[in-house]
Amino acid sequence: MADIAHPTRLESLAGRAIGATGVMLTPAPAAHRVVLRADPREAEALSKALGLELPAAPKTSARTDTGRLIAWLGPDEWLIIDENGDPAADLAKAAALHSAVDISHRNTAILVTGKGARATVQGGCPQNLSERAFPVGSASRTVLGKIEVVILRTGAEEFRVECWRSFADYAFGVLSEAAKDCLA
Amino acid sequence: MTSFRVKDRGRVKADRPVRFSFDGVAYEGCEGDTVASALLANGVHLMGRGFKYHRPRGPVTAGSEEPNALIGTSRGVGRFEPNTRATVQEIYQGLTTESQNKWPSLKFDVGAINDRLYMLFSAGFYYKTFMWPRSFWDKVYEPFIRRAAGLGKAPVDVDPDHYASRYLYCDVLIVGAGPSGLAAALAAAQTGVNVVVVDEHAEMGGSLLSEPSVGINGKAAWDWLEATLDELGRLPNVRLMTRTTAIGYYHQNMIALCQKLTDHLAELPTDAPRERMWRVRAKQVVLGQGAIERPLVFDGNDRPGVMLASAAQTYLNRYGVKVGNRPVILTSHDSAWYAAFDLADAGAKVGAIVDTRNDIQAALMQQAKARGIETLTGHTATATSGRLRVKSVRVNPVRGGRVGKARTIDCDALLMSGGWTPSLHLFSHTKGSLHWDAEENVYLPGQQTEECHIAGAGRGLWGIAAVLEDGVKAGTAAVRALGHSCDAVRFDVSDDRTGNGVTHKELATDRSPGRAKAFIDFQNDVTAKDIRLAVREGMRSIEHVKRYTTNGMATDQGKMSNMNGLMIASDALQKEAPQVGLTTFRPPYTPTTFGTFAGYHKGSHFELTRKTPIDSWAEEHGAAFEPVALWRRAWYFPKAGETMHMAVSRECKATRESIGIFDASTLGKIEVSGPDAVEFMNRMYTNPWTKLAPGRCRYGLLLGEDGFIRDDGVIGRMRDDLFHVTTTTGGAARVLNMMEDYLQTEWPDLKVWLTSTTEEWATIALNGPNARKLLAPLVEGVDISADAFPHMSVAECTVAGFSSRLFRISFTGELGFEVNVPARHGRALWKKLMQAGRQYDICPYGTETMHVLRAEKGYIIIGQDTDGTVTPQDAGIGWAIGKAKPDFVGKRSLSRPDIVARDRKHLVGLLTDDPKIVLEEGAQIVTDPNQPLPMKMIGHVTSSYWSEALGRSIAMALVAGGHEKMDQTLYIPMPGHTVAAKVTGTVFYDPAGERLKVE
Repeated sequence: MADIAHPTRLESLAGRAIGATGVMLTPAPAAHRVVLRADPREAEALSKALGLELPAAPKTSARTDTGRLIAWLGPDEWLIIDENGDPAADLAKAAALHSAVDISHRNTAILVTGKGARATVQGGCPQNLSERAFPVGSASRTVLGKIEVVILRTGAEEFRVECWRSFADYAFGVLSEAAKDCLA
Repeated sequence: MTSFRVKDRGRVKADRPVRFSFDGVAYEGCEGDTVASALLANGVHLMGRGFKYHRPRGPVTAGSEEPNALIGTSRGVGRFEPNTRATVQEIYQGLTTESQNKWPSLKFDVGAINDRLYMLFSAGFYYKTFMWPRSFWDKVYEPFIRRAAGLGKAPVDVDPDHYASRYLYCDVLIVGAGPSGLAAALAAAQTGVNVVVVDEHAEMGGSLLSEPSVGINGKAAWDWLEATLDELGRLPNVRLMTRTTAIGYYHQNMIALCQKLTDHLAELPTDAPRERMWRVRAKQVVLGQGAIERPLVFDGNDRPGVMLASAAQTYLNRYGVKVGNRPVILTSHDSAWYAAFDLADAGAKVGAIVDTRNDIQAALMQQAKARGIETLTGHTATATSGRLRVKSVRVNPVRGGRVGKARTIDCDALLMSGGWTPSLHLFSHTKGSLHWDAEENVYLPGQQTEECHIAGAGRGLWGIAAVLEDGVKAGTAAVRALGHSCDAVRFDVSDDRTGNGVTHKELATDRSPGRAKAFIDFQNDVTAKDIRLAVREGMRSIEHVKRYTTNGMATDQGKMSNMNGLMIASDALQKEAPQVGLTTFRPPYTPTTFGTFAGYHKGSHFELTRKTPIDSWAEEHGAAFEPVALWRRAWYFPKAGETMHMAVSRECKATRESIGIFDASTLGKIEVSGPDAVEFMNRMYTNPWTKLAPGRCRYGLLLGEDGFIRDDGVIGRMRDDLFHVTTTTGGAARVLNMMEDYLQTEWPDLKVWLTSTTEEWATIALNGPNARKLLAPLVEGVDISADAFPHMSVAECTVAGFSSRLFRISFTGELGFEVNVPARHGRALWKKLMQAGRQYDICPYGTETMHVLRAEKGYIIIGQDTDGTVTPQDAGIGWAIGKAKPDFVGKRSLSRPDIVARDRKHLVGLLTDDPKIVLEEGAQIVTDPNQPLPMKMIGHVTSSYWSEALGRSIAMALVAGGHEKMDQTLYIPMPGHTVAAKVTGTVFYDPAGERLKVE
C-alpha cells in the first residue's frame, strides 16, 4: 500500500532541508508506517510476526538492525516505521487479534541532527528531552508548538519528529526558527 | 558641561567612551553605563514628566523598579520601544532615546498646567468628572481618557525582530544573583545537580556591586565576586544567565524567564533573536530577589534630584557617578548613612544627614562627625524647592509630636530612605501566604505552596554576612529536598554594614497636609492625600483604595508605592495593615515585550495552514481559497475576468450538465476496526448498522447526549469488522475524541480500535452525468456499472493504477463517486482525471459550488444549518434514526418534552417572492413585518444562494414551528426594505432523485 518507490509520490516537504549552525533539518526518507492497536496480552504473538519485541514501557521504542522501529504510544497502541519491509504484511500473518492501519501517507518525518538538535526540538516541545529523562531510544507522543507530534530520540544528537502530512510545513517552519537559536 | 564622573570609582570602563543621544542632544557615557547613569554623569537629572500633573521628574532608583525615568528608545524602523526604564537600558554607540509625556519640550511642558489644577485630579477623578452629560461620553470623555492613559507612544511599525522560545528543565533555579543567590548556588552546585542562576542585571552580584568596601573570605567584595562567578561558570552543571528576568512563577515550579539578548548591542548580529523566553520547570527554586528601598512621603518628594539613598550609592560605586555635589540625606534607616559616607569620601559636600529617629548608633554619629557632616536627628522634612532640579529642603525638628521651627538647607540632591521592603513578587505569584511583621512593618513570606526557598533580604534579613549565610541555608535545603547532602559553605565577612531603621506614613509637617504634594506612586501621580480621600469617601479594602486612586496600578506595579500606600490607608482606617490587606502582585514582574510572549507564534507560524495534496494544483490554477477549520480549501476557480458569482454559476452548470471534479481530501476519516465494530457504530450513530453489508455505505448521523446534531458523514462498511467513517472537515478531531472517550470510559469491554486516517487518503469527488463514463476506463478490480455498483456502494480497487477505496455517493444530487487514494498520489490522480476528463469539459469546482449544489438538494452542513441546538427531527432527517435500536448516544434526550415540542425551530426551505433576491445568511425572520419594534423574531436564514440550475434564489432557514408553516409567507426585514418569502420543503432540485440513476 505504501508504494514507497512510486514515481508519482508528492512529498509534503520535497526538496526542503536546512542546515543552521549546529543542526541539520532533513525530511526523512519514505517509509512504511503502521498504527498497531492490540490488547497488550497479544504482544508476544505480534512481536513474533514483526520480528522484534513490542516495547511495553511508556516512552520507549524498539529497533532492529534492519531499521524497523516500533514506538510505544499507549498501553494498546504502537507506531511502526520501516523504510524497507511492510510491517502490515508481516502482521497479516499473525493470528492474534489486532488492528493494523496503514498510515504510510498520513505521516511524514523530519530528522533533526547535530549538536543543537535537542535545543531545536526543545524550542517548541515542552517535554523534558534531556539525556536523563529522554535517553536514546525514547519515544513520546507530545506537542511541538501547536501540533501533535511523535518524537523519537534515535541518537544522542538525533531526533526524529513524526507528524501528520499537513502539519509538516508548520513543523519544519517552527523547527527552522528554533534552529537559528539552537546553540544558546 | 560639568562631569559628575568620579575617577577610579565604579565598574564602568572609563577608557571606553560611548556616544548616545537623549532628546536630540548628544551625550557621552562609558561602556557599562545605563542611560540614567550616563545622563547623571553629565549632570542631567530631568528625564521625564509625571503622568497626571506633568511635574518634572528624574530617576528615583538605579534599578528595574524605576517609576519616573521612562524613555523611548529607537534604532531604526520598527525598533522603537516606549516606557523603557532609563535605569535599566544600557547605552551603546548611537543609541537614540527620548523623553515622554511632554509638549512641546521636557523643560517647558504645557501639560504642567495640570499641576496648578491638581484639585480637579483628586482620587477617583475619573469616576467623578466623567459622569454627565451622557452624550459627552463617546466624543469627549473617552477620547480624553484614552489619550491621557498610558505614558509612551505605542509603536506603529511592524517589529522586524524575532524572538526565541525554549523549554528548560533544571534541578535548582536561583532567581537573583546577589549575595544570597550566589551563596545558594555555591552550596547547591557542589552536589552536581543542575543549577540555573538568573539575574535581571547586565552583571551578577546584586548589592555587592554597590558595596565594594565589604570583605568576604579575606577578599574585597568585587574580587570575591569575580572568583565566585568564575568558579560557578566553570562548572558544567551550572548555567549563569544575565539580563534575564524571572517574570512569572506558575504552578508546579514553572518559571518564565525573559532574557534580553540584543538591546545592549551597538551592532545587531544577523539572525540573533532580540529576546528569548525560557519556560523553566525547576524541581526546586531559590528566590533571592532582595529588597527595594522605600521612599519617604513628604511635600515635594518628587523633584528631580530627590532619589533613594541606595540608588545614589549604586550610581557612585557601580557606575562611578556622583548624583550631586551637595547632597542632603533624609532617612529613617541606617543604610542611608553609608551612602552619605561614600559620597563624602568621593568628594561630595554632604549638607546634612537628617534622620527622623532620635537615637542613632554611636558609631554612625562618630563616622559622620569624622567626615564633618552635620547630623539632624529627630527631624522631619516639610518641603523642597527647585523647578527642574531640587534646590533646597525644608526641615523641622519634631519634639513630642510637635513640629518645630523650619530651617532650609540648600542641596543639589536629596537622598531618602524610608526603610526596605522585601521583594515578594514571585513568591506572591505562587499564592504563598504572607506574614505581617508588625515590628518592621513589612510583609514576609509565610506558608509556601511550591517547592521554593526564600533567602536573604527577600525575607527581611539585613547585612551581607546574614544574607550569605541564609543563601547557603536555602541552597542546602533545595538540594537536600532532592536527596543530596552538601558540605557546609562558610563565609567570613568583614566591614559589613549592618543596621536597622523604622518606617513611616507621611512625615510630620507644620503645614496643611491637604496642600502637600507628597507622592506615593510616582508613576501614576498618587499622593498621600489621595489615599486619605479615598478612605474618607468610603473605600475600606486596599483593593478598593488601589482602584480608586490607581495607586500601584502603573507599569511598576507599585514596587515602591504599595507599602507606603498601605501604611497611610491603615492609619486613615485606624486598622492594622494586615486587616487592610495587600494588593496582589501578578506576572510579569517587569514590563515584558509582546514579542517575547509571541515567540515563534507569528507570521506563518501564528496558526498552521493545513493544505491537501491537491492544494498546489489548485494554487497553480488560480483558485481562490477559503479557510475551513485549519485547512485552506479551494473556494472557486475563476477564469480570467470572472467574478465569484460568474465562476460559481459556471462550475454549478458544468457539474450538473457534464462533470465536475472536487478535492474532498479534508473530510475527516476514521478507521473503526475490531470484532465489535458494528456494535460500537450502533451505539455511537443514530443509524442502524447491523444489516449494512460489506461493500455498502450509509449516511451516518452523530448526536451528543443532549440529542442535538454533532456531526454527519457517509460511512462505508469495508468488511464485517471494518468501517471507513467520514466526518465533517471541522469535526474530524472532535468526533475521534468523542469516540475514544466513549470507548475508554463507557464501553471499555468493546473490542474496537480507532485510527485517524484523514491524512492517509486524498479524496477526489467526481459528480455529474458523465462521472461514470470518465471513471470506468480507469478502474480495475471492480465493475462500476449502475447495477453492479449501485448508489451507496464502496469497493477496494485501483483507479488509474493507484490502490483506492472507491465510493459511489453524491453530495450534489448528480451521479457521484469519491476516489480515495494514498495521499502522496492525490495530485497525480487528479491530473490524470483532469486529462481524461477533457473530452467531457471536466470542471474543477470549489467549496462554494459544493455548497450551492448540496443546498439545491437540501443536504445540511453541520454548523451552518445546525448550531448545536438542532435535533434530527428539527432538521427533517428523522429518517436517519434507527428507531428499533435499544440505544445510541442521544437517544434518551430525543423523547424529552422540550425536544418533541411542536414550536421548536425547524429547518425549512424559503423561496423569495422575487426570485432575483438572494437573502442574507443570518437574516432574521418575522411573521408580521408591520408589528411594532422590537419585532418578535421566529427564526433566521441559515443557507442562501443563487441557484443556476433553477434560475432563481434558494434558501434554508430555521423557523419556529416551521414544519407546520408550509406555503405560508414570512418576512425578512432588511435595512430599508422587507423581503417576503414562502416556506417550502428543503429539496429544491430533482426531488425524485432521478439524476442519481444515470446509466
